[in-house]
Amino acid sequence: MFEHYLNIFITTVFIENIALSVFLGMCTFLAISKKIDAAIGLGIAVIVVCLITVPLNNLIFNYVLRDGALAWAGLPDTNLEFVELISYIGVIAAAVQILEMFLDKYVPALYNALGVFLPLITVNCAILGASLFMVEKDLMFGESVVYGLGAGFGWAMAIVILAGIREKLKYSDIPEGLKGLGATFIIVGLMSFGFMSFGGISL
Amino acid sequence: MNLNRYKEALFKPLIDENPITLQILGICSALAVTNNLTVTLVMCVALTSVCSFSNLFISLIRNHIPSSIRIIVQMTIIASLVIVVDELLKAYDYETSKKLSVFVGLIITNCIVMGRAEAFAMKEKPLLSFFDGLGNGLGYSVILIGVATIRELFGAGTLMGYEILPLVSNGGWYMANNLLLLPPSSFIIIGLFIWAIRSYKPSQVEEDDFALSKHRTSEDLTKRELNV
Repeated sequence: MFEHYLNIFITTVFIENIALSVFLGMCTFLAISKKIDAAIGLGIAVIVVCLITVPLNNLIFNYVLRDGALAWAGLPDTNLEFVELISYIGVIAAAVQILEMFLDKYVPALYNALGVFLPLITVNCAILGASLFMVEKDLMFGESVVYGLGAGFGWAMAIVILAGIREKLKYSDIPEGLKGLGATFIIVGLMSFGFMSFGGISL
Repeated sequence: MNLNRYKEALFKPLIDENPITLQILGICSALAVTNNLTVTLVMCVALTSVCSFSNLFISLIRNHIPSSIRIIVQMTIIASLVIVVDELLKAYDYETSKKLSVFVGLIITNCIVMGRAEAFAMKEKPLLSFFDGLGNGLGYSVILIGVATIRELFGAGTLMGYEILPLVSNGGWYMANNLLLLPPSSFIIIGLFIWAIRSYKPSQVEEDDFALSKHRTSEDLTKRELNV
C-alpha cells in the first residue's frame, strides 16, 4: 500500500513533472523565477493549494459530477460532467480565497511571505491541470492526495532549480536580443530535455 | 467612432505587443499543442474566439461588476465560453478534441484571456474590447502557427498531414529530425523567435540587472589609478 503511494509520488515528481514534462503553469514559471526567495515562496503556495484542491475536486467528481454519481441523492441517471471545468475552477478560486483569509488571521508570517503570489495561483494552470489529470487518471481519494502533493512538489522543485540557474546567469554576457526571456526559454528547454531522461523508468 | 483605435487594438498585439513573446502570457498551450499544424489551428481558433467573446461580454457588463468579486465573475464568463467550445469540438471534431485533451479546458486559466479581460475589457467599450481580444488571439496564433510549421515540417516532413518533404523511409531524400517532435524543442524554437523579434525591434530588449562595465585600456586610466 505504502509502496503504491510512493510510486505515484515519484512518478508525478520526476517522470511526469508538471512543469517540465507536461508544461503547465508556465507563465508564472517564467515570470517569477528571477530570485530564489520568490521562487521558494511561490513553490510553497502551489504545494499547499494543490494538496487542498486536488483531493477536494476528487470528492466532487466522484460524488456529484460523475455519470450516475448522484445515486445517493436518488438521481441515478444524472450526468453532470459538462459542468466539470466550471466547478473545478470555482473550488480552486474559493480554496485560494479561504486559504488567504485563514493565513491572514492565524499565520500572518507565512501570509506576508507569500504576499501577492496567493491570489495569482487561481490562474495558474498547474493547479487546474492537476485536477484535470487526476480525473483522466481515474484516481481514488487516497491516491489523489498523494498526486496533489507530488504535482505541487514537482512544480516547486522545477521553479527553484530554474531560479538558481537564472541567478547564476545574471552576470553572463548574453547576446542583446536573447537577454532575459529568450535565454530563459532556451534554459527551460534544455532542463526539460534533461527531465525526459526519467521517461524510460517504470516503477 | 475612431477607426484608428480599432486598428491599433487589432494589429498592435501581432508583433509590437505580442502576448507570448513580450507579455509572457499563455505559454503552456503554446508548447504542448504545436507538434501538428492541424491541432494547432483548432487550438488557435478556440482561443481566439474565447478571448474575443469573453472580452465582449465582460465589457458589456463592466459597469455592473463589483470590483471585489470581479475575478470570480470573469472566471464564470470565461469558463462558460470554454465549455461551449469544448462541447462543440467534441460534437464536430472528436479526433482533434481527443488530441487536445486537457488543453481546451485549460483555456480557462490561459492568462491571455484573463489578462485582457482584466487589463482591457474592464475599462473599454464592448466593440473595441472585442477587437482587442481578436488581436491578442491572433498574436498568439501567429507564434503558435510559426512554431507548429517548423516542428511538423522538419520533424515529420509533412504539413497538416500532407507530405511536403519526402522521407527517406518512404523512398524520398529527407531525413526527419525527430528531436523537433519532442515537446522541449518548442521552448527552444520560441526562444529563437523572441531573439528574432527583438533584433528587429530593439526597444523590446530587456535591461541588464547588472551591466558589465566598459573595457578600459591603460590610456583611459588616470594617472592616479595607475599610481604613477
